[in-house]
Amino acid sequence: MAAVQETVDRVRRIDVDQYRYGFETVIESDKAPKGLSEDTVRFISAKKNEPAWMLEWRLEAYRRWLTMAEPKWARVNYPKIDYQDLYYYSAPKRKELASLDEVDPEILKTYEKLGIPLREVEILEGVVRKDGEGAPERRIAVDAVFDSVSVATTFQKELKQAGVIFMPISEAIREHPDLVKKYLGTVVPTSDNFFATLNSAVFSDGSFVYVPPGVRCPMELSTYFRINERNTGQFERTLIIADKGAYVSYLEGCTAPQRDENQLHAAVVELVTLDDAEIKYSTVQNWYPGNSEGKGGIYNFVTKRGDCRGNNSKISWTQVETGSAITWKYPSCILRGDNSRGEFYSIAISNGHQQVDSGTKMIHLGKNTTSRIISKGIAAGVSQNTYRGLVTAHRKATGARNFTACDSLLIGDKCGAHTVPYIEAKNSSALFEHEATTSKISEDVLFYCVQRGLSQEEAVGLVVNGFVKDVLQQLPMEFAVEAQKLISISLEGSVG
Amino acid sequence: MALLEVKDLQVRVDDREILHGLSLTVNKGEVHAIMGPNGSGKSTLSHVIAGKPGYEVTGGEILFNGEDLLEMSPDERSAKGVFLAFQYPVEIPGVATMTFLRTALNAQRKARGESEFSTPDFLKKVRAVAASLNIPQDMLRRGVNVGFSGGEKKRNEILQMALFEPSLCILDEMDSGLDIDALRIAADGVNALRSPDRAMVVITHYQRLLNYIVPDFVHVMSRGRVVKSGDKELALELEASGYTQFEDAA
Amino acid sequence: MNLALAKTETGRALSDAFALARDRLPGAGSVADARQQAFEAYEGAGLPHRRIEDWKYTDLRVLMREVLPLAAAPDAAALTRAGAALKLHAIEGVRRLVLVDGVFAPKLSETANLEKGLGIRTLREVLQAGDAALQAQLFAPDSSNPLVALNSAMMTDGIVIDVADGAVLTQPLHIVHIASGAQSAAMFTRSLLNLGRAASATLVESYIAADGAKAYQAHDSLILSIGDNARLDQVRLIEDGREAFNISSSVVTLGAAAYLNTFAITSGSYVSRYQAVIAFAGEGSRVETNGVNLLNGRQHADSTLVLDHAVPNCTSREIFRSVVDDRGHSVFQGRIIVRPDAQKTDAKMMTRALLLSDEAEADNKPELEIFADDVTCGHGATTGALDESLLFYLRARGLSEKEAQALLIQAFVGEAIESIANDALREIVISAAERWLEARG
Repeated sequence: MAAVQETVDRVRRIDVDQYRYGFETVIESDKAPKGLSEDTVRFISAKKNEPAWMLEWRLEAYRRWLTMAEPKWARVNYPKIDYQDLYYYSAPKRKELASLDEVDPEILKTYEKLGIPLREVEILEGVVRKDGEGAPERRIAVDAVFDSVSVATTFQKELKQAGVIFMPISEAIREHPDLVKKYLGTVVPTSDNFFATLNSAVFSDGSFVYVPPGVRCPMELSTYFRINERNTGQFERTLIIADKGAYVSYLEGCTAPQRDENQLHAAVVELVTLDDAEIKYSTVQNWYPGNSEGKGGIYNFVTKRGDCRGNNSKISWTQVETGSAITWKYPSCILRGDNSRGEFYSIAISNGHQQVDSGTKMIHLGKNTTSRIISKGIAAGVSQNTYRGLVTAHRKATGARNFTACDSLLIGDKCGAHTVPYIEAKNSSALFEHEATTSKISEDVLFYCVQRGLSQEEAVGLVVNGFVKDVLQQLPMEFAVEAQKLISISLEGSVG
Repeated sequence: MALLEVKDLQVRVDDREILHGLSLTVNKGEVHAIMGPNGSGKSTLSHVIAGKPGYEVTGGEILFNGEDLLEMSPDERSAKGVFLAFQYPVEIPGVATMTFLRTALNAQRKARGESEFSTPDFLKKVRAVAASLNIPQDMLRRGVNVGFSGGEKKRNEILQMALFEPSLCILDEMDSGLDIDALRIAADGVNALRSPDRAMVVITHYQRLLNYIVPDFVHVMSRGRVVKSGDKELALELEASGYTQFEDAA
Repeated sequence: MNLALAKTETGRALSDAFALARDRLPGAGSVADARQQAFEAYEGAGLPHRRIEDWKYTDLRVLMREVLPLAAAPDAAALTRAGAALKLHAIEGVRRLVLVDGVFAPKLSETANLEKGLGIRTLREVLQAGDAALQAQLFAPDSSNPLVALNSAMMTDGIVIDVADGAVLTQPLHIVHIASGAQSAAMFTRSLLNLGRAASATLVESYIAADGAKAYQAHDSLILSIGDNARLDQVRLIEDGREAFNISSSVVTLGAAAYLNTFAITSGSYVSRYQAVIAFAGEGSRVETNGVNLLNGRQHADSTLVLDHAVPNCTSREIFRSVVDDRGHSVFQGRIIVRPDAQKTDAKMMTRALLLSDEAEADNKPELEIFADDVTCGHGATTGALDESLLFYLRARGLSEKEAQALLIQAFVGEAIESIANDALREIVISAAERWLEARG
């Protein structure tokens, strides 16, 4: 018991104030007036030189949003958000850069300080790095979103050759209006939910990806998001389309600087796969979780959904969620095409006063569709960590298959881990299997490790990493290494 | 009249033809071995004779004692005396082997218009057969095949064969997953059931099994057809030269 | 969508019904006040609907629409019909306590020659007698559940059983709810069992109807208080008429080192909801709560079970099976709560559904809500059809399709039924399951 108690105490002492990525970049920004009105929406649209149809689309969403209420069903508590006390648009003042040299050195320095994207900075600077003996050269195209506006896009040329469109969605609206009109809002309708509707009205920027038929995207696409401006809501909008037989892997990673005020984040991500296409979407989320008293931290209300529209298509979500004060996030798959497949792999770590309510929905509509859910929740400190998931097979979804495993690990006796699965079968040929466990780190295992010479922290690290291994393996290699580090940092004081 | 007559049988699975006109005649008292490489259609043949769903018979016929077998449901075929010893006997948790044996035996007897066994007669019969096959009593109390070793599962199949007294036994890859001792026990069980009133069709990939169950006839299957028939010497020939010589013949 | 209006209209009709029924409801003074409060709690919420999380899969505004007026007390003809129904469902060797149309029927019941330590009264007596402690216990169930509140407001009769400390009852008690079938009405019953320290009892509850019963509603609740070191074996058989509604609630508390083995089988009624809250109040106790839904036609059955681990060192096991044919709809919601101090909790829940038709539906929501770290908790859920390879194996051995199905269904529910510790109770449940299988043909 003593050994574990020590760990527990250390976790409790974690000074979340030491948040490693909590620094602030001093750059000027261009803000919309505080508060939300039709004028705000018009301001944002005008700032982005949007065509009239886009403004109409936003206004319709805004009017709809006025009639909606904030959802209450998740197991998260937070003070009432005053939507009139937020800024809805903020952009670094110098934008529209012609080349990378013009990127604000402060911004580049920020990336450098983050540690994680150093490699990307190298790429930004045109350094090609080889990874040891015979390791394939990994390249990542970065569409960097700094606050709300994309400031640098790389590898455009090579992507262009392959016919892949990868650009800020604000540009795509101007340059590829037909594609945007055809797909935007078709997976997450503007009326979908309170936060998605808000995003539809005021989204600032985000990534747009189109992979044409038969093309395997030649590199992994990556975006780093940072929330920087004080009191700025961040409303990314991402749309990824893999046309027939196409494949793309997309990486999203984020860190945020320390803040006293809570910051609202309501992103929408839409994925569409046509026949035989595949999208792999990986996220590492490490926004500021608030201080040790539970003050500050990001409110993260995200709507992520993929539509396997074509037959034999596949969408795979992998997430490592360690940050944010509040996480409300359910990356989902609509398995519409016959033989389509959805996957959800998740690691959600909560510490301090963090509250996580996350999971997925697998909606089986087509014939012989399959889905797989692997969720690992780790709760420490006084945090609350909830897995909420829906698996449903409709009448005509014959041959639907799902396997779900959600496991929770508790570190300390002041936190909570909860599992809320909804399993709905409306036809007899559906085969669903679900299993869940909740436990703490076995003292026998810890003792065994310590007896064999590991420190207490190493032992806990070993166990935690073993616990999440199934999910880490799903991440692209570089990300997996970062994620492993991040897990250690998140449980700082007890692990590594 | 032949016991089993398969004439020009054509079978498809998922739009792919597996059997392309297979013929086979089996008379009472005979033991036939069907050999062939993986994917030649051996198991398909056994499944179609027993009536497993999922196979589409697109041509030909199967007569059993002159009756059209393809018109019968799997349980009707069973009551008529067709027994398939499965390559992979399924596990049925929650159904005790004893209960299963009695239910099946009485269902078959009922279908034939025979009286059901009384419990003591049934128990006596099962125990006697089980003892001869070296099947311990506790195996009979457990769920059907649940937690049985490969050898135990095969012995359970032979136990059923002995108990139900079928006129046609089809042994599908009976040797798969068995070590030499388990194989010998199983083969002894089968040999004890050879009789002038009963025919057997032994399906196997390897000649090894035929050292223990010596066939009267050997047929070689390749690509959905019988490409050569002969006596037991044919099996030895195959053992020496392999199946490749038949690949092109098919 | 006219929900608000529908609610008001239903509410008003019921409000009138409550006013009308009031004179017939036993108990005055504080009892009448408690009824009034409970009724207001119900009125505030109205019939639960799908937007209320706990009722997501059982929308009573759609399925039940309204609460029927209170059933009249049974007349001689009703008692005769009930007596006939009782004969068909008689169980050997039990002490029968019969409620007909929600009213205790002494002539059909056996209240003489009670075993030592056993006390039996009717709810009506208790509510009229003015025993403050007992009345407080009777009104204790949580009015935040609208149908529990409604039951508190309207409860007409029931059985109040007292088993003294150390008394070990040998004869099972059998509470039988019979709808005589003459009227399309609602009955509201509440029973209570106080099981003393180190006492032990066996309880059977059944819900049945006389031939040709109309679309009645049975609203029942049961309060169980299980003392330290006491043991209760319990089964519930919901075999109501096929047009009936059955809404029953159980509120159970266990003392220290107590044991409860409870099983519910639902094969009857058109719409049923069984909601149980089982709370551990003393350490070292164990609960096994298991059940089976056997449904066909357009039946809808909802089993919602909450296991509340409020103290350390308790164990709970749940095994649930649903077999759903035709257009049946089975709902299982199981929640295990482990409160902050309930260390060393060992709680497991397994729910499996078997769908026999393409139009059948099974919804499972097995929840874990855990606030203590030194626990072993888990749940599992599966949904699927009968295994084709097993069916083929059985048919290849001579069983007809129906026989093969029946054998596999028996095996499937058998895993849950096996968990009934008391041999006699297990046999009762097996017979009920067999009745369903036979009726299926």
